[in-house]
Amino acid sequence: MSFLDAKNITMQFGGLTAVDGATFHVDKGEIVSLIGPNGAGKTTVFNMLTGVYHITSGEMTFEGQDLTKMIPQDIVKIGISRTFQNLRLFPKMRVIENVLVGTHIRNKYNFWDSLLRTPRFRREEAEHTVRAIEILRSIGLDHLRDAFADSLPYGEQRKLEIARAIATDAKLILLDEPAAGMNPAESAELLRFIRELKDKGYTILLIEHDMSVVMNISDRIYVLDHGKMIAEGLPQEIANNPRVIEAYLGGVQKNAESD
Amino acid sequence: MKKSSNRILSTFESFCYRFRYVFAVLFLVLTFAVPFMGLSMVNIQLLTLIALYAMLGMGLNVLIGYTGLVSLGHAGFYAIGAYTCALLMTKLSVNFWIALLLAGVFTAFIGFLLGLPSLRLSGSYLSIVTLGFCEVVNMILKQWESVTNGNYGVRGIPKPTVFGFQLTMFNGWLLVLILLLMGITGVACLAMRNSNTGRAWRAIKDDELAAGMMGINTSRYKILSFVVSAFITGIAGGFYCVTRDYIEPNNFVFNTSILILSVVIVGGLGTIRGMIFGAALLQLFPQWFRFLNEWRFVVYGLLLVLMMLFRPQGALGWRSTQPYHLSKYARKMLADKGEPEAPQPPARQ
Repeated sequence: MSFLDAKNITMQFGGLTAVDGATFHVDKGEIVSLIGPNGAGKTTVFNMLTGVYHITSGEMTFEGQDLTKMIPQDIVKIGISRTFQNLRLFPKMRVIENVLVGTHIRNKYNFWDSLLRTPRFRREEAEHTVRAIEILRSIGLDHLRDAFADSLPYGEQRKLEIARAIATDAKLILLDEPAAGMNPAESAELLRFIRELKDKGYTILLIEHDMSVVMNISDRIYVLDHGKMIAEGLPQEIANNPRVIEAYLGGVQKNAESD
Repeated sequence: MKKSSNRILSTFESFCYRFRYVFAVLFLVLTFAVPFMGLSMVNIQLLTLIALYAMLGMGLNVLIGYTGLVSLGHAGFYAIGAYTCALLMTKLSVNFWIALLLAGVFTAFIGFLLGLPSLRLSGSYLSIVTLGFCEVVNMILKQWESVTNGNYGVRGIPKPTVFGFQLTMFNGWLLVLILLLMGITGVACLAMRNSNTGRAWRAIKDDELAAGMMGINTSRYKILSFVVSAFITGIAGGFYCVTRDYIEPNNFVFNTSILILSVVIVGGLGTIRGMIFGAALLQLFPQWFRFLNEWRFVVYGLLLVLMMLFRPQGALGWRSTQPYHLSKYARKMLADKGEPEAPQPPARQ
């Protein structure tokens, strides 16, 4: 059994079938990319995996646990965390506080502990703070630790979302277009960071438009078009697959690979 | 201009932070000195109202400032607290301190019940429900005559005693009590804010969906926010009843809710300093501008409008300019790991 397994998952909104019987899997320690033209249903797949939508039919398991009936809170707890295509930070909280919210589910102290500042509270809070600082250092955001999230440049906000997702102690991280809005230098930096995550044992499922990122980083690629999986394989195979070229690369974005 | 005002603010904040224990001791000393200051009755009453409304503001702030749920019905909680305390004392001769605690607990329970619709409703819809709640409470107080004595109100409320010594408005000890209650509430609010609970509340306020995706049980924390807010307001209500000889339903009307809301918004959403400032401003304003007669309410309204236009975050609603406070434990842990505690620039490759 794979780490993450999705079989024939389907999502219908009324008459519209956004995702139509998609089957894919992610093995532990892999970086898998999900690509496809706009509106292909990639983000919908993420929303299905994280419990935002209740899937119409199909099976999804993570480490053998059934995901189909789970609510988002439980899915984070078993180790799947995500970022959002349109940034969803907590804008009026500090950078470090955003990461600390990520550690929320790992907290064992209760309301009374925080009210009375018990030793348990102090110890755990310190542990989480140190961990948050370490995560921020690894992603190169520590110098902005005290800043408020809405004062960050776009690229840094994307990094902060990743930091927050890591802080949940997730084993599988879903990244929804992490390089969107980044300049080439920033996305190269991001690439390096995602590789580091892989080296640390994280598994990553990635939605991305930037072909230079996708082709460089992915172990395997799935291609979604109109809600259907039309191809899967190694980056090289995908780049040469005629169906993919027709559906995706062959269209408007013919030159996407060259830059 | 902006830069220099920021620097002044930053200096001021770090000064306040550095001497926070000095200020706390000073506050306590001044509080206990109140009965011996020879304040006039008018001033005692004014200061009591300011502290009381600061506490009410802190209660509502938990809901609006932290969790982002707007309640227009806090007079309802206030009334429940006051009536619970007053009725326990007059009808069942319960000791004030126990009655006060029970008033808080019972109001918190009602807060739990009112919190339930907050799971389904948001924004203005929830506000309308709380508005309705306030009216319902008022109606019950007026109609349930066998218990609440209807429009006549509850009379003959005894004064609290400590080892036989009576705390009254006249000897100033009730002012001491409310100042202490306000102080405890403020410290407790800050403790909650800077913890897992407070972060969960603020995350819900900023982005409820993202908060849920981070594993925060949003329903639980929204209800908890209602419960805590109602508890504080209930205690404030319990205190209010002993400042008077009698209470009646007309003490707790929609206008009272709006006054509490104004304290929170004028002072500065999400801050404790703002609650004290807002309460002081809104209580002092009608006193200072008495010479304007009826016109003072026009000026009052105008002030609120201008405030919303030019300083929507409230008078003292600035963001902290201080770095995030690392606890002693956290600094020690960093040192043990051999890592610097100051923010580090990203490593260049």
